Amino acid sequence: MLYRVEARVSLKPGVLDAPGQVLQRSLHNLGFDEVKEVRVGKHITMEVEADSPEQARARVAQMGEQLLANPVVELFDFEIFEGAEAAR
Amino acid sequence: MSVAVIRFPGSNCDTDCVRATEVVAGLKARVIWHQDAIPAEISLVILPGGFSYGDYLRPGAIARFAPAMAEVRRFADRGGHVLGICNGFQILTEAGMLPGALLPNGSLSFVCQDVRLRVERTDTPFTRRYKKGQVLRMPVAHGDGRYFSETPPQGVVFRYVDENGDPTPEANPNGALDNIAGMVNARGNVLGMMPHPERACETLLGSTDGRALFESVLESSLGVGA
Repeated sequence: MLYRVEARVSLKPGVLDAPGQVLQRSLHNLGFDEVKEVRVGKHITMEVEADSPEQARARVAQMGEQLLANPVVELFDFEIFEGAEAAR
Repeated sequence: MSVAVIRFPGSNCDTDCVRATEVVAGLKARVIWHQDAIPAEISLVILPGGFSYGDYLRPGAIARFAPAMAEVRRFADRGGHVLGICNGFQILTEAGMLPGALLPNGSLSFVCQDVRLRVERTDTPFTRRYKKGQVLRMPVAHGDGRYFSETPPQGVVFRYVDENGDPTPEANPNGALDNIAGMVNARGNVLGMMPHPERACETLLGSTDGRALFESVLESSLGVGA
């Protein structure tokens, strides 16, 4: 079964997000004064072959720990959808 | 007994490191491709600066899985000396061989300038020829040098300081925690640093303050008197 994975990598709360701060200042300069905080992360989309949703989840969690996120400073979370095409 | 400089795709300070060991000690380092084995006679490994794998995902995140890195880890576990400069420091933190992480500079700008460093420890194989508190001048050139750790790190060897030798925010080129510029692991045989000592070994380059680092570690690793 093919699963579509939508994964997100974000800086842990409390870690200074320099790109987020720059975006916030730029948004304020454009008049979007209502913006109180900006955090910038990464969005990773994958198609993953697995026997079950549980197996897909377990494998993707390992990918997050070993490579996709740096557990020292980043958080990793994801959603999976059955059928790569259907979820697009 | 020799020195290995590991070359990754995107390394660009590898030749400078080879030059530094030659200038400082007349020693011809061996350049080892990242997919090759590290010869048994090697007693110092240098991970050079650059942009391995284009810094994709995070600086050092891909390089840490290179076949040579598994060997570098075993080499360090046996007590071998490993020097990671700039991207080499980033690779060592990604590999978990040094604690913490190197994040984008606080300014978001690439910094390319001379900095002042204070030597915090001289009881390491890399700094035995410096004096504690000595202030050095050498260049930095990086976009991701903001050292961060959730727990206060041990093993700080170099801090960014001002002309008075004080670690002020103004002297900190990247927003690093506690002005940290370089550190060793608990055992003291692995050093990571953002500044470039290999670019500070000849008068022509504006500073010779990096020489003593190579002299120290070559003496420690090879017994080479420089």
